Amino acid sequence: MTGDLGLWTVPIAMLGGAIRVSTPFLFVSLGELVTEKSGRINLGLEGILVMGAMSAFATAYLSGSPWLGVLVAGIVGAAFGALHAGICSLPRVNDTAVGIALMVLGTGVAFTLGKPFVQPHAPTLAALNLGFWSDIPQVRAALEVNALFVIGAIAAPVLRWALANTRWGLIVRIVGDSSDAARAMGYSPLRVRLFATSFGGFMGGIGGSFLSLYYPGSWNEGLSSGQGFTAVALVIFARWNPMACLWASLLFGAAGALAPSLQAVGVTSGYYLFNAAPYFLTLVIMVLSSSSRHRLAGAPGELGVTQ
Amino acid sequence: MEKLQAAAGAVLVPLLAVVASLLLFGLFIALCGYDALEAYRLMVVGAFGSSFAWQNTLLRTSPLLLTALCTALPAQMGLVIIGGEGAFVAGGLAAAAVGLPMADAGLPPLVGQIGMAAAGMAAGGAVIALAGGLRHWRGVSETISSLLIGYVVIAVMNQLVEGVMRDPTSLNKPSTRALPESYMLGTMPDFSVHYGLIYGLVFCVITYVLMAHTTFGFAARIVGGNPRAAKMAGLPVGLLTIVVCAIGGAAAGLGGMVEVAAVQGRANATLAAGYGMTGILVAFLARQNPLAVIPVAILLGGIGASGGLLQRRLDLPDSAVLVLQGILFVVLLASDGLAGRFSLPRFRRARA
Repeated sequence: MTGDLGLWTVPIAMLGGAIRVSTPFLFVSLGELVTEKSGRINLGLEGILVMGAMSAFATAYLSGSPWLGVLVAGIVGAAFGALHAGICSLPRVNDTAVGIALMVLGTGVAFTLGKPFVQPHAPTLAALNLGFWSDIPQVRAALEVNALFVIGAIAAPVLRWALANTRWGLIVRIVGDSSDAARAMGYSPLRVRLFATSFGGFMGGIGGSFLSLYYPGSWNEGLSSGQGFTAVALVIFARWNPMACLWASLLFGAAGALAPSLQAVGVTSGYYLFNAAPYFLTLVIMVLSSSSRHRLAGAPGELGVTQ
Repeated sequence: MEKLQAAAGAVLVPLLAVVASLLLFGLFIALCGYDALEAYRLMVVGAFGSSFAWQNTLLRTSPLLLTALCTALPAQMGLVIIGGEGAFVAGGLAAAAVGLPMADAGLPPLVGQIGMAAAGMAAGGAVIALAGGLRHWRGVSETISSLLIGYVVIAVMNQLVEGVMRDPTSLNKPSTRALPESYMLGTMPDFSVHYGLIYGLVFCVITYVLMAHTTFGFAARIVGGNPRAAKMAGLPVGLLTIVVCAIGGAAAGLGGMVEVAAVQGRANATLAAGYGMTGILVAFLARQNPLAVIPVAILLGGIGASGGLLQRRLDLPDSAVLVLQGILFVVLLASDGLAGRFSLPRFRRARA
């Protein structure tokens, strides 16, 4: 797969790489965006991502159906999201700390349960059901890359529309901007955040399933290199705008794909620095757009980390 | 009486959380098909059952003492810092960067060790102070920024270790050159644990006294309690924020220096082995109290140390330790929220 793309011209390889690398970012960041819109931050997405990757791989391996794996990953992620929301709904509990706790727990559980699945049987599973899009082999290969990505790319404008125009979107935004106002209108902030965080977990789990079922397409303990954390940064970078999440995911994906591409043409220095570029960019954006007098532009009012 | 009750609650609640976590962990591994009772026994044996086990436990305790302070000290000011990993790496890298040329120049070991410790503390302190400064002057979330800065620091470390600072003979695992034997922190007599453990213990005690029994600490805690009141009272909030963050970062940086100058002998990617992350857990479990960090770090050091035995005897994956840490963290946070509901009668609030 990677080899085929590598034979095309470098920009196309870059684009292909960007799309490939960006897909988990896209799912995790869209999910986290909804969570943050409701006024909570879930730093546990890294753990959810790894849990999703493991459960998707295990399900696909045992059942033979990658799509069932994707679904199970989403459900497992949603369960972790619900756990986060449940603990956060207790008084005096810091959502940041709960996120770190879930990161440790999710990673640990995934590595422990996933131990028997660290085997090289993944690629066939991933390629099996994803290639029904077209007749031309190359287009087929390209669209294989796009399978989950297309869903994510459609989800971005849909989410933007839904947050702006639907009743549910409005409720989520009210809860996120002022839980007092939401309570006054008769909505329970805790319940809305439970749904929003579970949705975030669902998307995070699916993002993880992409890692284990498509690219890199196997399950092992080094599978995630901090994509869950990057996605949290990415939401801030995108200023809580779903469409901006899509572009930012592609940008971050391209930054991630840049290092291997450059390595392929012989430029080997700066590999790690390119990988850290998204973190640096986000930091710069945060520094430039924050002020000690007002909150980060576009941030939900109830979001603790931007206060 | 009230004080006694508060103290009892402060000890009892985390203790119950630990017991509940161990039960949940036992349930988890039993469901996975392992012998939970045997696992408990092995954990005690592997952590505290012999002098060798104690040695192993204390070796793991040493970095945790220092990385925990990186979260616990800023927490007294109401800041949630999770960039201890970055400060730890920065400290280790700086120690190697300063120690190697000092050794080349033939400076005496004591001077070299002081130089490395100073460099490690300065580098770690700078990393966290930056997060504190951004918080104060730019309103940037210290939680997110400390994490991001940490990632950038780790990337810089990897870059340097694979690039300009690389020892050409380190093939499989790119590292800096090794420090000379004389520059290494030795082990304590009759007790094969390096002196880094003493650094950690002393740091915990000093910062406890600083935060609990000095005007400086009092001022810092006022900022944590009510930043606006602190500003009204004329306290230098910005300076306090920077200094407390710098001390916390310096602790983690010193931890990195110890890792390089007592354990690895050189700086490489193993610096980012997760001590910073576990340190966050230690800090929260210790209720952000520098003195309570000591027993909690020993407990978590012990859990880490017993991992090897669990793996050998029960064939339990080494990640089981992570599961227990995660359960512990989740249960502890939940217990904070539940404590008010199920604890001893709250006379204090009733009277007020």
